[in-house]
Amino acid sequence: MSDKAQPQGKVVGVNGNMVSVAFATSVIQNEVAYVLSGGARLKSEVIRVRGGEADLQVFESTDGIAIGDVVEFSGQLLSVELGPGLLTQVFDGLQNPLPNLAKEAGYFLKRGLYLYPLDRERRWAWTPTAEAGAARRAGEALGTVPEGPFQHRIMVPFGWAGTWEVTWLAPAGELTIADTVARLRQGDDERAVTMVQTWPVKVPVTCYHTKLLPREPLVTQQRIIDTFFPVAKGGTFCTPGPFGAGKTVLQHALSQYSQVDVVIVAACGERAGEVVEILREFPHLEDPRTGRSLIDRTIIICNTSSMPVAAREASIYTSVTLAEYYRQMGLHCLLLADSTSRWAQALREMSGRLEEIPGEEAFPAYLESLVAGFYERAGLVELHDRGQGSITIGGAVSPAGGNFEEPVTQATLKVVGSFLGLSRDRANARRYPAIHPLESWSKYHSLVDEAQVTRARRLLRQGHEVSQMMKVVGEEGTPTSDFVIYLKSEFLDAVYLQQNTFDRVDGASSDERQRHVFAKVVAVLDGAFTFPDKAAARSCFQKLRQHFIDWNYAAWGSDEFRSREEAIDRLVAEAVTAA
Amino acid sequence: MRKLYNRILQIAGNVITVEADGVAYGELAEVRSGRGTSLAQVIRLDQRRVSLQVFAGSRGIATDSEVRFLGHPMRVSASDDLLGRIFSGNGSPRDQGPALQDNLIPIGGPSVNPANRIVPRHMIRTGIPMIDVFNSLVESQKLPIFSVAGEPYNALLARIAMQAEVDLIVLGGMGLKYDDYLFFRNTLDEHGALSRSVMFIHTASDPIVECLLVPDLSLAVAEHFAINGKRVLVLLTDMTNFCDAQKEIAITMEQIPSNRGYPGDLYSQLAARYEKAVDFETAGSITILAVTTMPGDDVTHPVPDNTGYITEGQFYLVGGRIEPFGSLSRLKQQVNADTRADHRALMDTMIRLYAEYREALEKQSMGFRMSAWDEKLLRYGGLFEARMMDLSVNIPLEGALDLGWKTLAECFEPGEVGLKSDLVAEFWPKSA
Repeated sequence: MSDKAQPQGKVVGVNGNMVSVAFATSVIQNEVAYVLSGGARLKSEVIRVRGGEADLQVFESTDGIAIGDVVEFSGQLLSVELGPGLLTQVFDGLQNPLPNLAKEAGYFLKRGLYLYPLDRERRWAWTPTAEAGAARRAGEALGTVPEGPFQHRIMVPFGWAGTWEVTWLAPAGELTIADTVARLRQGDDERAVTMVQTWPVKVPVTCYHTKLLPREPLVTQQRIIDTFFPVAKGGTFCTPGPFGAGKTVLQHALSQYSQVDVVIVAACGERAGEVVEILREFPHLEDPRTGRSLIDRTIIICNTSSMPVAAREASIYTSVTLAEYYRQMGLHCLLLADSTSRWAQALREMSGRLEEIPGEEAFPAYLESLVAGFYERAGLVELHDRGQGSITIGGAVSPAGGNFEEPVTQATLKVVGSFLGLSRDRANARRYPAIHPLESWSKYHSLVDEAQVTRARRLLRQGHEVSQMMKVVGEEGTPTSDFVIYLKSEFLDAVYLQQNTFDRVDGASSDERQRHVFAKVVAVLDGAFTFPDKAAARSCFQKLRQHFIDWNYAAWGSDEFRSREEAIDRLVAEAVTAA
Repeated sequence: MRKLYNRILQIAGNVITVEADGVAYGELAEVRSGRGTSLAQVIRLDQRRVSLQVFAGSRGIATDSEVRFLGHPMRVSASDDLLGRIFSGNGSPRDQGPALQDNLIPIGGPSVNPANRIVPRHMIRTGIPMIDVFNSLVESQKLPIFSVAGEPYNALLARIAMQAEVDLIVLGGMGLKYDDYLFFRNTLDEHGALSRSVMFIHTASDPIVECLLVPDLSLAVAEHFAINGKRVLVLLTDMTNFCDAQKEIAITMEQIPSNRGYPGDLYSQLAARYEKAVDFETAGSITILAVTTMPGDDVTHPVPDNTGYITEGQFYLVGGRIEPFGSLSRLKQQVNADTRADHRALMDTMIRLYAEYREALEKQSMGFRMSAWDEKLLRYGGLFEARMMDLSVNIPLEGALDLGWKTLAECFEPGEVGLKSDLVAEFWPKSA
């Protein structure tokens, strides 16, 4: 905060977490202001201006704020700090580093305590990559520092319009983020660049050349997703589901096994206990792609359900801005937001306080455009240096009563490329991941042969029809040929769609392995079996199923994997000849 | 000396409006009327107009009743003197004891920094096999008991209060029938559990605003003891009454309802309470068990639905028993590996066989012929229900596991149950 006198106002009203402020000079919509109350400076954001009064949403509890309390306007939009040191960190929705807060304030969060998101003291090994005299635009690299598994690019700040001439570069050496690493000139304007810059969270970063169509699959190593309902790098997907359907377990699996460079987990209004598992487990898990700890590629934005609701709204934007920063370095980022429904509820609470005319289920009328705006910040882009980077956004949705016909799910479905609907029935039957194979859809390309997928999907549908029929006419009344279709679909479900997330081998199935195994599964599905009776059919498929499940637990490329595969080949050959 | 205001501009529902200066949001005031003195809390500030929610309700308040602001928010005394005491929803004594003024702490304090949380690690033994064996309760867990009116949920809570291996019980009653309050008091008293309990009781006939304060009072007290190293179990009944009170207040305040009349922040309100459950790494812990009655036995009703998204599992209380299939403790796998070698395997096997029993029962009721295996299952199911599902027992976990093995041995051959051979060798009763 600068020494220059800031415009001030005075509190004239308090209603929940909304404060009305009378001001004399001028205010900016969405600028940050601080309410000075009881010795604390409470961060807040201007969300509406009417006449000489501004309405602020306060990112803290408003208890104790009184009429006449002074409010300082900062002139800055709500922003985050971008620079090396973001990875491995745990922030709240306003980018406060939670472990540091814990050191300062103990067990509980302290109102009005804000710390620097990035370490001011730490030294980074700076290497310039540009030369003096070179021309650079916003978002282009001037040099790098090593951070975690890759080279972190120090770039021309995103807000600097036009082309700048590099006049000076710091020589290679150990520097802190506050040290000047370069000087740039544009006409008479000469500015210093440090390793850290700020960016307003609600404004998308667009310092790239063009946006491209997402094509390449993002390998999540979850079979049902990669094969049946794929997600592309730069695409979007959503995972709606009732409580207890395994949303969070699925999100954990995605954050752990997805083959991307950076994972940003936004725990938005959900249980704090779930974040704890990531916090305590990830440092001990290895990322097989880099051989480093999983936490090295992870940022956690944690604004759990009991933390102030306005900061929950901000947390979604904070996390996507961090993703955009790393995308700008030519990296592939995955943002997992759990849950976007809680974000929408935060919007609804604020809208109610503003006494806006409500839309469906009292959500604000602009819910859809905000949801669309958020998912549109995903994307595959070509940078100015012709490199590519991407952000893939996966949003969990928690529909009230598990009913997908509600506004948040519907607004989300309109804008995502892949819908992974979680089903309570499948969860109750312990068929995990509980993604419904008949109701889900994806607009992206599968990493296996699509013709095979189409056949498998048709079989699932037929199997479902037969099982419905069997409920009426019983097993006796079902022709054996139909019964075999049913067994095949159950086989596909058991050995391929279901996956044990908690097993180190079965939990992560590489793209190579999926292609290989799926071809074999499809061979069984395509096989012409004729059985003397249903008992024979059932026992044959039980045997196949057991063999395939054992195969799933054998490590890729191991001797066990090969010997189990040979056993399966023999079994399939036997079954078909016997038939 | 604080100034007195005696010109009330508006009285609507439980909310009164006065003009006053220097008032802080959330501050308490005393309202004195012909009916006596009540506390009130500031819930809105608009220029000089101050809206207050009167705890005792607005009935009998005159436009010239006196309002005196106290300069502090709602507080509760937190000291060892609380033990064995019973208070009402506004914090005043409900028993014959004195009002407490020592160490006043504000209620509804800030939440725990997520970075300070740890992975739950200690089981709470309750002596009830359906909980200990099949859905272990874990310190720092928050679990609702989903039920419908008429089920013995209060009897279950009272039993847990008597038997649970914790240092302290805080019982928060919301909208309790007076009979239920007496039942809790007498049961805890008879079993000598009152001396380790604190009770905040709002009965159905008390003012509705006081219902809203009960969870915050209970949890503030629990937090105080937990920080001082105590393992605290908070029992709340019935959270649906708490939500209905939220609804009532929100509608009076002309807030726009979101779903079946409930306010849009119902989820946040519930989460702010439930998330108080915590295990402090170097101190005690708070565990929450909360009865949530489901209107119309509908789990998609906003109250159980929002609750289910917040809590770590749920117990369904159906027909006087904890239903083995819908009920779930999400944290049980954190603790049940270290209890006894057979715990997990026995738990899975017994539930699987019980599911088969249910199928056999269905077959039987449809008039199908019973096979020898079905007969075994029927016998097993009957014993399982009588021995394991009884809620009015106090059996240590090990005893319950042994009883489980005994039940299996009485009904089945060792090879029939699908348990690993080494466990069978170790635990199968030698002469059944």
